[in-house]
Amino acid sequence: MGVGTVWVHVEPAPGGVASISLELLAAARRFGDAVEAVCSGGDADAVSAAVGEHGASLLRHLERPAEALVGPLLAASLAAAVAGSDDPPAVILAATTYDGRDVAGRLSARLDTPVITNVTELAVTDGALVGIEPVFGGTTNVHTRFTGAGPHVFLVRPKSFQATSVGGAPAQVVALPAADCGAGGAARVIGSHAEQSTGPKLDEAAVVVSGGRGLGEAGKYEMIEQLAGLLGGAAGASRAIVDAGWVPYSQQVGQTGKVVKPDVYIACGISGATQHLVGMKNSRNIVAVNKDSEAPIFGVADLGIVGDVHQVLPRLIEALQARD
Amino acid sequence: MPFAPSRGHRRRPPGGRLGRVVIGLGEQQTLTVRIAVCVKQIPDPANPGRLDPDTKTLVRDEKLILDESDSYGVEMALQMAEATEGEVVVVSMAPNEEFGGLRTALAMGADRAILVSDEALAGSDALGTAKVLAAAIRRAEPDLILAATESTDGYTGTVPVQVAELLDLPSVTFAKSVSLGDGEVTVLRQTEDGYDEVACPLPAVLSVTAGVVEPRYPSFKGIMAAKNKPADRLGIADLGIEAGEVGWAGARQEIVEVAPVPAREAGEILTDDGSGHERIVAYLEELKIL
Repeated sequence: MGVGTVWVHVEPAPGGVASISLELLAAARRFGDAVEAVCSGGDADAVSAAVGEHGASLLRHLERPAEALVGPLLAASLAAAVAGSDDPPAVILAATTYDGRDVAGRLSARLDTPVITNVTELAVTDGALVGIEPVFGGTTNVHTRFTGAGPHVFLVRPKSFQATSVGGAPAQVVALPAADCGAGGAARVIGSHAEQSTGPKLDEAAVVVSGGRGLGEAGKYEMIEQLAGLLGGAAGASRAIVDAGWVPYSQQVGQTGKVVKPDVYIACGISGATQHLVGMKNSRNIVAVNKDSEAPIFGVADLGIVGDVHQVLPRLIEALQARD
Repeated sequence: MPFAPSRGHRRRPPGGRLGRVVIGLGEQQTLTVRIAVCVKQIPDPANPGRLDPDTKTLVRDEKLILDESDSYGVEMALQMAEATEGEVVVVSMAPNEEFGGLRTALAMGADRAILVSDEALAGSDALGTAKVLAAAIRRAEPDLILAATESTDGYTGTVPVQVAELLDLPSVTFAKSVSLGDGEVTVLRQTEDGYDEVACPLPAVLSVTAGVVEPRYPSFKGIMAAKNKPADRLGIADLGIEAGEVGWAGARQEIVEVAPVPAREAGEILTDDGSGHERIVAYLEELKIL
């Protein structure tokens, strides 16, 4: 029935694990005979409660020294655990996150096993797990399966699966022994900095307002922040203005950057390059404002206003302020 | 924050690898850093080709260009090399001896290129690509290896760390700022809620985010000079790689289906006549956002 035991790389977050980790557990439950979590760092009790509630029976927990990066140490330790296991996993899931890609990439090279990346859907065909990956800006899906020996590593994009609690008990915690990762582990984290942001997180907000090159200059991005604030949403950006240095990379929506799936996405002065569409086209409702009627963003918009953002946005902001 | 070379550069004894003698450090010392930059040559994203549903391979009609994502690594390497009298080697794997993207990097100022092109590489996945790049990089003996966080077309984002693991080197991914120090780099690495400051000994592999530096445009002089810069053109046999390790066989995966995604239903598009904002307000009311 299932494809065997699935190990899920989960990432610690305050009070438990990141939302993407819960999405991976939901995916794993659909086809795994057993679902087990692996985690580097964080509070083992909080992580085991969170992953247990979402269906994991076991948590392999690696105590991570604060100065170690997640990727090299966890990949080496996982590779050793796979090699030494009586019941090695058939499948390992990780997320397309900063650390998830490090873990999957290094693990793949250690185990000499390929990775199927950018998966947004998984299906079982003829007993084999098939990863479905959007290409060409999400206009085409490629279905890929492994032909060699496992474990089969898949990297899954955020917002692809719906996290659902099954009300399970905390997962049994076993220590994942730290393996020697040699020179590969020589980088040391010497400081951590949180960037101040107000309002909801970009990838969790119900409303996202994003700005692009059509804003014309960095100062005009204030309109995007103001509009997002008035709608209780988060402000995002296209790659063009992140590359131009107007806004930090953490606000980028797209293939490179965050995947968002809000109730409403409002694209302002964004033409809609495939790079951008991949990150937002599954939003439930899309509004676009752009002066070029031929802009690809109008191809995915539920409501499109062909007009100048410098005219439309100030009026929109004023209208919303008048309501308060 | 742009790349800022620190004062303490890596020092080599006289007669070292590049053999350049730098005066003004108190005693004669060479001061060089050799940087390999992994670059991908891709179809112009404005015209990305298509997948053939029968052969399930990418059909590329156009000549390949330098992936814009890689221009940031090239620029960063050039700035580091300029500050340290170093050398920049651009490394690429491409079908049909495609050289257009490498030529752009050479025109920007890179010193030389290594191109691996081999019929056996068709169908290579990220790990196969990483094996080839790692073998080519090993020949260059760099102090630092730079790559983009992901390519624009394949966007797996795993190649930099796969290269690092194969070369048994440390890596720092998603670098948004890099400072070159004495035998190490200090990197600001993007995280989910901010950034980490990471110190990493050299040699090391870094993946840099777009926008980390401002890539220069090739000058006319640079374009002319690029024509005479050295380029190693290698096949997999030159790298000691067996055909079964790369290409379709090495990828150990198969594409079982290529399916178009149904387009989103056409929306309501109207031209702003001064009341466009009112339609947006009404729409947000319909959705109960307001």
